[in-house]
Amino acid sequence: MKSAVIVFPGSNRDRDMFHAMELITGKRPEAVWHTETSLPDVDLVIVPGGFSYGDYLRSGAIAARSPILKDLVKKAEAGINVLGVCNGFQILTEAGLLPGALMRNAGLKFVCKEIMLETANDATRFSTAFKKGQIWRCPVAHHDGNYFADDDTLKAVEDNAQVVFRYAQGSNPNGSLNDIAGVMNTKGNVLGMMPHPENLVEDLNGGTDGRLLFESLLNKAA
Amino acid sequence: MKARVIVTLKNGVLDPQGKAIEGALGGLGFSDIGSVRQGKVFDLDLTSTDKAAAEAEVAQMCEKLLANTVIENYVIELL
Repeated sequence: MKSAVIVFPGSNRDRDMFHAMELITGKRPEAVWHTETSLPDVDLVIVPGGFSYGDYLRSGAIAARSPILKDLVKKAEAGINVLGVCNGFQILTEAGLLPGALMRNAGLKFVCKEIMLETANDATRFSTAFKKGQIWRCPVAHHDGNYFADDDTLKAVEDNAQVVFRYAQGSNPNGSLNDIAGVMNTKGNVLGMMPHPENLVEDLNGGTDGRLLFESLLNKAA
Repeated sequence: MKARVIVTLKNGVLDPQGKAIEGALGGLGFSDIGSVRQGKVFDLDLTSTDKAAAEAEVAQMCEKLLANTVIENYVIELL
């Protein structure tokens, strides 16, 4: 599977993503700088975590208007797989590729800890290696992860089974509506999630639960 | 021409920062507060001298960047 990781000024989980992707797929992703105007020919584009543009204005707002995003939006609409993690999720909502918005955590604090996730939909290209209802460990590290959507949008997202991952019962770290941790677009080719599966992919780091997400994509591409 | 853009959270959108400010004001002894909502103000210096054109352009700026219309409303004042 060929992949690319978009790097913005202020990205800081891009290296974790390169490492995880290389470890699991055997191929190192191409790095694409935010000023570039065209993405390479790949199966998956990843928008990594971090603090692009210092979170100025709103988290992800400036990155969502950077040159490379025009091509990302175009290719996403054409059906290429896109994964946004943490700041990447914020960028994809700001770019209009995903519904809703990510607001300041309800508790106002930056949360950096391990939480439990529940796979809500195992029939997506990002989650076939999970079982529906499967509870798994995953780290979170964010200040603006409080998922919000208006009533109509939220209903549509639930009715279309676009929620791929939820915070497991008692695990919601940020006040997200309906415990939403990861949501995809209606086509099912763009997923955004606040937790960091790329940070739990080898035993050395305490577990491999996060691998299942990347293995799902790999199965799909194979 | 100068323009001021005021961006506020839409009704029904939870504002944890406003809530914290509300609590802090209460702690300072201000007891007659119903609620506090936090917003943003942008002051723009425009080269345009055409009021209608300026307002239309600032509205575009709001739609495309200054406000996230999923959660925020904006008001434009030309000064």
